[in-house]
Amino acid sequence: MSVGDYIRGSQVWKSIFRHPAPVDRRNRVVVMLTNFFLHLHPVSIKQQGIALSYTWCMGGITFFLFLVETITGVLLMFYYRPTLEFAFNDILALRDVTTLGIMREVHRWSAHAMVITVWLHMYRVFLTGSYKPPREFNWVIGVLLLVLTLLLSFTGYLLPWDQLAIWAITVGSNMARATPFLGYEGPGAQLLNIGGYDLITNGSDARFLLLGSRFVGEATLNRFYILHCVAIPLVVSLLIAIHFWRVRKDGGISQPL
Amino acid sequence: MTHLTHNPDLTGSVIFGLGWVYLLLFFMNIAWTKRSLALDGICHTGLGVPYAALWAVYAAMLLMISITHLTGWDTPQQFSLVMPEFLKYPINKASNPVAFFVGSTTIYILMIVLRKWWTTPTAGWILLNLSILFLALSITDYDFRQIVGKPDNVPIVAMLYIVGFFTWLYFKKSVDNDARKAAGRPLLEQENAEKVLTWPDLVYTELVCMVLVTAVLIAWGIVLQAPLEEPASAAKTPNPSKAPWYFLGLQEMLVYFDPWMAGVVLPSVILVGLMAVPYIDFNKLGNGYYTFNERKFAVSTFLFGFLPLWVAMIVLGTFLRGPNWNFFSPYEFWDVHKLELLNNINLSELFWIKGLGQPLPVVPQNASFPVQAWYIVCREGVGLLAVAFYLLALPNLMAATVFKGFYIKMGFLRYMVLANLMLMMMSLPIKMVLRWAVNLKYIVAIPEWFFNI
Repeated sequence: MSVGDYIRGSQVWKSIFRHPAPVDRRNRVVVMLTNFFLHLHPVSIKQQGIALSYTWCMGGITFFLFLVETITGVLLMFYYRPTLEFAFNDILALRDVTTLGIMREVHRWSAHAMVITVWLHMYRVFLTGSYKPPREFNWVIGVLLLVLTLLLSFTGYLLPWDQLAIWAITVGSNMARATPFLGYEGPGAQLLNIGGYDLITNGSDARFLLLGSRFVGEATLNRFYILHCVAIPLVVSLLIAIHFWRVRKDGGISQPL
Repeated sequence: MTHLTHNPDLTGSVIFGLGWVYLLLFFMNIAWTKRSLALDGICHTGLGVPYAALWAVYAAMLLMISITHLTGWDTPQQFSLVMPEFLKYPINKASNPVAFFVGSTTIYILMIVLRKWWTTPTAGWILLNLSILFLALSITDYDFRQIVGKPDNVPIVAMLYIVGFFTWLYFKKSVDNDARKAAGRPLLEQENAEKVLTWPDLVYTELVCMVLVTAVLIAWGIVLQAPLEEPASAAKTPNPSKAPWYFLGLQEMLVYFDPWMAGVVLPSVILVGLMAVPYIDFNKLGNGYYTFNERKFAVSTFLFGFLPLWVAMIVLGTFLRGPNWNFFSPYEFWDVHKLELLNNINLSELFWIKGLGQPLPVVPQNASFPVQAWYIVCREGVGLLAVAFYLLALPNLMAATVFKGFYIKMGFLRYMVLANLMLMMMSLPIKMVLRWAVNLKYIVAIPEWFFNI
């Protein structure tokens, strides 16, 4: 009896994997049904639905990049402190002295890649007409996930606290100042006043809500850090779960039921 | 001569790097030559040699170019395989926002019209080779290298190739499927209809994919360091100040619209429009297979929004917009002092001053709000009417004419959503053309209320 057979025959192994190795047809079916991670997939699938030249694999890669972002992001959080005093220097240290500081590179390039793969995934879904019934609402969830991906990238862009970061966020968030009714330089904002007292000022408009301040400062850094590391990932995780669940319920990634 | 210009000379490391690029291209074309030998046959015009022979000659030239780079890198002063001035000059001269938009729209139209021709493997391969040669030659230009070589801009170059490839793949498969349909043969997708077990067919693909992506990310992280500029300073505004690259299409819209339109309304319309797609596309064909002929309108509209209006605008905003958001040609120095005359004029000024020969109505300063509003509405009357016509009357006119079939099939509500989304999308190119043709600044200009369109 080989060591491998001994391990696979032990009580511990069998308590974790409740079936023999997936080497025959029966166990290849069983593995998909009993493994928590694999049960996202159906047991069998149309060959067409997994042909790379058809799917482009972009949805899967996007999800994988999200996992990479989560793992590298958690590692980066051990080193990075989101305050004006430390933020820039911590990134500098990640670049120059910290062991495995390359995690920052992997995190940033994965983020760029994820924006691109989300677009390409939607491109494929559109071009194969996969948003058509019964998958209309899953496309809507997909658009929400696109928005959240862009927001994740945007909030993360500020965290290095260098010139590139604050000015990109300044340019981006200045748009909020012009929100109709809710931005203090937006059309209609002047109408919102009570007895000559303006409700929408640069200390109470949409941009202030986003930045937590009248300009990109420490409050913004804190706000973006929490959005980037906690709030948005939580919502994204929930929407991804629904997105995948609906793919299963709708009978795969495309074609009518 | 070169020492007098702002351009530092070509560096040895750039030449050396390009040597590897050409070497890679050489090996790619060797593989292609082999494929050509097996599939392409004889070229009957001219000498009557196999097509593969032409590819072999081309590959041999690439090898020689590569060797020239890999051995000549230590004397960059004398290196002569650079982007020639006689190409740079006309490209620089011809580059401007008009040419860029007209060019990208023309490519978009040709892509659809010529889809049977450019989707052959050979045509795709030639296009790929041309684009790589263009990029490799352009990299020898200092100004081009400064912009395209920025670490955060590298993903955009990669994206262009990937988007190009997948667009090519889409058209190739659609042309194939449309021909199958016309001949009454089963579609590509129907030939693979039988079911396979997820383990191993899908699970292994996913594993290989994860390993490859991880490898690419780590290699990318080693080769290219993430950018880190000077510590943040609220006092030093960089010129140009740019948003993250994926928002630069929106930032480019700021040239033509005020922030409330370019930064808030139009992005919201894009998102709402995307969400509305499944509900306004009543065409039941083309669900789960590649086709163009069965979904001409939907695909053409989407491609117009994605390629010329989104991807191309990002390229414009990233690579061709410099200090003060001025336009700079691909091989032009980003001069902070470049002056561009702005003599843009509002529609109200065109109407009152040029049209009627009168001064603009002046809003009385101390009057009550209704009086002021009356003066403003009079002043901007033409523009307000034009916008009202565009958004309220035009959808109905289209329903009675060009979109009659759509209107009947879709019903009032769905048709109105479609028509308004189309008009909002077209508002950008329309505003662009008006700016270029008659220097129009605002159709409605009410700075008093931050309401400029």
